[in-house]
Amino acid sequence: MTELSRRTALKRTGALAATAIAAGWLRPGAALAEWNKGAFESKTVADALKHLKIATPADTKDIVIRAPDIAENGAVVPIEIQSNIPGTKSMVVLLEKNPFPYAANFDFAQGAALPFVALRVKMGETSNVRVVVTTADGKFFTAAKEVKVTIGGCGG
Amino acid sequence: MTRALALCAAAAFIAALPVPPAAGQSKPPAVERDATTEEFEKFRAVLEADNPAELFEVKGEELWKTPRGPKNASLAACDLGLGPGVVKGAYVQLPRYFADTGKVMDAERRIVHCMVTLQGFDAAALAKQPFSTETRTPDPVALTTFVAGQSRGMKIAPPQSLPQERAAFALGREIFFYRAGSYDFSCASCHGEDGKRIRTQQLPNLTRPEQAIRGYQGWPGYRMTGGVMHTLQWRLNDCFRQQRFPEPEYLSDSLTALLTYLAVNAKGQVYKGPGIKR
Amino acid sequence: MAEPMKIRAKLEGDVLDVRVLMAHPMETGQRKDGAGNLVPLHFIQTITAQLNGKPVFQADTSQAISRNPVFGFRLKGAKAGDKLSITWTDNKGDKRTDEIVVGAA
Repeated sequence: MTELSRRTALKRTGALAATAIAAGWLRPGAALAEWNKGAFESKTVADALKHLKIATPADTKDIVIRAPDIAENGAVVPIEIQSNIPGTKSMVVLLEKNPFPYAANFDFAQGAALPFVALRVKMGETSNVRVVVTTADGKFFTAAKEVKVTIGGCGG
Repeated sequence: MTRALALCAAAAFIAALPVPPAAGQSKPPAVERDATTEEFEKFRAVLEADNPAELFEVKGEELWKTPRGPKNASLAACDLGLGPGVVKGAYVQLPRYFADTGKVMDAERRIVHCMVTLQGFDAAALAKQPFSTETRTPDPVALTTFVAGQSRGMKIAPPQSLPQERAAFALGREIFFYRAGSYDFSCASCHGEDGKRIRTQQLPNLTRPEQAIRGYQGWPGYRMTGGVMHTLQWRLNDCFRQQRFPEPEYLSDSLTALLTYLAVNAKGQVYKGPGIKR
Repeated sequence: MAEPMKIRAKLEGDVLDVRVLMAHPMETGQRKDGAGNLVPLHFIQTITAQLNGKPVFQADTSQAISRNPVFGFRLKGAKAGDKLSITWTDNKGDKRTDEIVVGAA
């Protein structure tokens, strides 16, 4: 990348970051466009959480995970997550037995987005779907739900 | 892997347990939904509410309206049985007899006929690789998905007023019960009795009107396996494969006959449009 | 050219329930094509949503998200006439933005 285009790129990132900071919801220590490669390439939940700078989360019943007990097809597992923890700022979704457990992170602008998300994931085998919530004051909470993934049917 | 097998074995065992008849009921008992099927049904509505099949409906509509092929024509003049260009409600009134071809034709077959006669596409080329893969959705598949979507919420009503249409139904029924191939299977081997299953999937008894809809509903369907769009032409082809039959010819009379049999059995039920399948 | 998303947004009071369906292969890099070759990794990495130009929701995603992804999220303080814009970018640098105008509750 030439010096000129690098400076332009940095300026652009800076401008984006400034907009996001002004909006008051940028998560600390990460630029708007940064995608956490270390976390996404982690092969264990523990490693992923380390890369995400998430310290040991406390178990909670205030994260409600709606997902099938048995997935009709492991390629499309529908999940809905609702956090009833006040000040929920972000949610991390980990599929514990997947080759790369860290599947997604969701950031909710305080006051603008409710702490709720629906997504569809690929699961290779029966495993826990684990959610870790980060609150605005920097605390971590977690809950999990098991989804069974089996050999299927006939495709009809 | 072992745990998954044990689970399947358990599910199969549970499904095989006899269901006692409800006391004082004169109607045939409703098909029991085992625990696994109940669980699938719970999330089926969630999956159907936002169905990737919609992406193919959009693609199909674009293909329908755009002038294409050697004749640089759209499909606006295509007659699906309700008059040239009438797409709404056409899918649920197929298969039907068409005087211009002298044949009973199903939806995909009629669409391909229009692509060939109105747009100048080559029939043999379309028949070469007619089914979707992860990377390619053939135009007739997207078009059939669009056309099917235009019958959403309507009652299945294939006509049986003409002798050719009734003959197609009779032939379809004969094929349905015809045992052949290395396993001596017929369609009825899997779909002719109550209580059959393949692993986690309960199989509908397509000879019963109230269950016939379960074979017809949801096609064309977005299959979660592979994320591909498939029509009934694919589904029947795959059934033949599973029966260890020779491969049926794409858009052939025998497939139209079978589709007529299935559609007539499902007559009167509401068609929900393109579905989502495992 | 990336295919358009389908956005459904239902207003209940001042909460906007949004469902978005995206057209994307979400290749894991593990799948083999017909010829036996591995299909390279190709997946959506970031999703952002803006209400009237203000960022309200963001997701970082992996190839573990299903093909032709569907996401749902809920926005507070929305009203009819608001503009909802959703953008995705993938690991190849492709991106797609679609917008809708929020209808009445």
